[in-house]
Amino acid sequence: MLSIRDLSAGVEGKTILRRVNLEVRAGEVHAVMGPNGSGKSTLAQVLAGHPAYTVTGGQVRYLGQDLLAMPAEERARAGVFLAFQYPVEIAGVSNASFLNAAVNELRARQGHPELDAMEFLGLVDERLKLVEMDRSFLSRPVNEGFSGGEKKRNEILQMAVLEPKFAILDETDSGLDIDALKVVAQGVNRLRRPDNAIILVTHYQRILQYIEPDHVHVLFDGRIVKSAGKELALELERKGYDWIREEVAATQPTGA
Amino acid sequence: MAALTTTKDRYLAEFEALERQGALRSPSWLTPLRRSALARFAAAGFPTTRDEDWRYTNLAPLVASAFRPAEGVAAVGLLPTTLERLSVGATGWPRLVFVNGRYSARHSSPGPLPVGVRLSSLAEAMTIDGDVVARHLARHAGWDANVFADLSTAFARDGAFLHLPAKTSSETPIELLFVATTPGVLAQPRILVVAGPHSRATVVEHYVGLTDDAYFTNAVTEVVAGPGASLDHYTLQEQGAGAFHVATVHAALEGDSAFSACAATFGGRLNRTTLTLRFGGEGGQGALSGLYVVGGHQHVDHHVTVDHAVPRCSSRQLYKGVLDGSARAVFNGRVIVRPDAQKTDANQTNKHLLLSDGVEVDSKPQLEIFANDVKCTHGAAEGQLAPEAIFYLRSRGLADATARTLLTLGFAREIVDRIAVESIRAYLDGTLRARLRAARATKEMS
Repeated sequence: MLSIRDLSAGVEGKTILRRVNLEVRAGEVHAVMGPNGSGKSTLAQVLAGHPAYTVTGGQVRYLGQDLLAMPAEERARAGVFLAFQYPVEIAGVSNASFLNAAVNELRARQGHPELDAMEFLGLVDERLKLVEMDRSFLSRPVNEGFSGGEKKRNEILQMAVLEPKFAILDETDSGLDIDALKVVAQGVNRLRRPDNAIILVTHYQRILQYIEPDHVHVLFDGRIVKSAGKELALELERKGYDWIREEVAATQPTGA
Repeated sequence: MAALTTTKDRYLAEFEALERQGALRSPSWLTPLRRSALARFAAAGFPTTRDEDWRYTNLAPLVASAFRPAEGVAAVGLLPTTLERLSVGATGWPRLVFVNGRYSARHSSPGPLPVGVRLSSLAEAMTIDGDVVARHLARHAGWDANVFADLSTAFARDGAFLHLPAKTSSETPIELLFVATTPGVLAQPRILVVAGPHSRATVVEHYVGLTDDAYFTNAVTEVVAGPGASLDHYTLQEQGAGAFHVATVHAALEGDSAFSACAATFGGRLNRTTLTLRFGGEGGQGALSGLYVVGGHQHVDHHVTVDHAVPRCSSRQLYKGVLDGSARAVFNGRVIVRPDAQKTDANQTNKHLLLSDGVEVDSKPQLEIFANDVKCTHGAAEGQLAPEAIFYLRSRGLADATARTLLTLGFAREIVDRIAVESIRAYLDGTLRARLRAARATKEMS
């Protein structure tokens, strides 16, 4: 589904990702873990097409297409979804009109007619339950005045409504209390299907107790330095990231 | 300077000509008012950018153009479909229609209204409701330094009159539609609203241009609110691209009365609104707001003065502008709190959304506070659409242009949402969306 080859990227002239390689197949959940500053969020933003990030090398194939050549909205229409680490507050635009615009944009691209108000509400009502939100969320301006937990749930609500093929969850677990984390994880699990895939970007192993990954990768200093099964997450939880740092220092000759 | 004198002389000659023809036939009380207003205009002439109140608004293009008074223009009929399209309200709203500044009885439907409430053309009111008109027309303070109000008083002939006797209330809003169809016309609608004690009404002034050539509308609205009265005043300005639109609104509020004004500006080449709110009795409340969405070389100037002359009144100002192209906005918000006006609560906010690098904004709060037990705040902000917000929307599949439109609508929503009357809100929302769509189409073509 997604194939990342030797991806190098940065922001404001600073290189952050250094030749990242990653293969994601349909039906899989990959966890990308790593200490702060390792490039996790950059990877998420680059895959979603944030214009502030510059790709300096490598390529990303997504369902046979050159993902990096597509503008952000084209990626979204092709089924790519980023759950933001810091969801943006948008004054004066209600959650309902935002979701409605997004759904109808997608439907138009797929050749489906727009949903009328009743159909739209029917769809959203059902997805609201998934993240245990009520209808009052819809009339509020997007993320404005939302608590941290509400913002993250709102991201998952959007994901549930837009039904992406490939979702990147960027530290969706950070700042959540255990109850909110369970709600979010449960929402994500219900959206898992054999024909879609998820990359979970996280600092902590905690969320992986609820969303079980098929593969765990460690991103360190802009490189994926270790990949294994879910047991790697537990090891990281137990030992922290220092041993990775030492391992990397030992295997990489200076100047490489 | 020579050009300005010539233009001034043209207006003066026009006045003499109209008077000779008997076109300014008026009740005896009005004649001295006309004469003194004309004398003030003759002495002052049109302001220039050397006048502090006109520093950022250059009237030279207006002064250089020759306009014919509406009296000299043949009456123009409007198609029923045009009237239908321009209706803000539902059918059944009392409505007066003016074409090129002249009252059009056949297009108007001044009822139904509650018993005692009078809605008519000003010309008719001068004969039928002479004493109410005589008591209020051009009698309220604040005219001394306003040449355009003087020009209006000198030529006052047509316009609208609304009188609400004590304790009457019109549940349906009253719509005043001013349509410009003919290039080169000077229309000077004069609106007088007299609200008796504890009366209520909503008035919509709707200006529409069906020509993009130059014409000049000099509108003056006087609102007199008696004790406990409540008046909501809306202005929807959709003048043609070449229009000069100068509006003067003066509201005199007695004790415990409430006045709200919401001005939405979309059209016109040069717009100037001078709004004055004066509290004459304790417990008054004023809520003034404006939304202007302009592009190209449009110029919008709001000069707002709130005069807290007495204690315990509150005033709120919220003006928001969306500027594109090489548009220019001027906002001058003056709040005067006189020495006696303790417990005044006044705030003022002016925000601009700048959609292009070519726009210019001059926003100036002017607080003159002479009392010590007051709460006065003001704030101004200018900004562009946030790149993070645009990316957020794009990441959900919205095209860049759609994202920008949605965010721009979001910026304007604060004004739209505060409109209490559903059909006015819907009309404004529709106009706003159409305007942004048109602006987008223009951008995509260029």
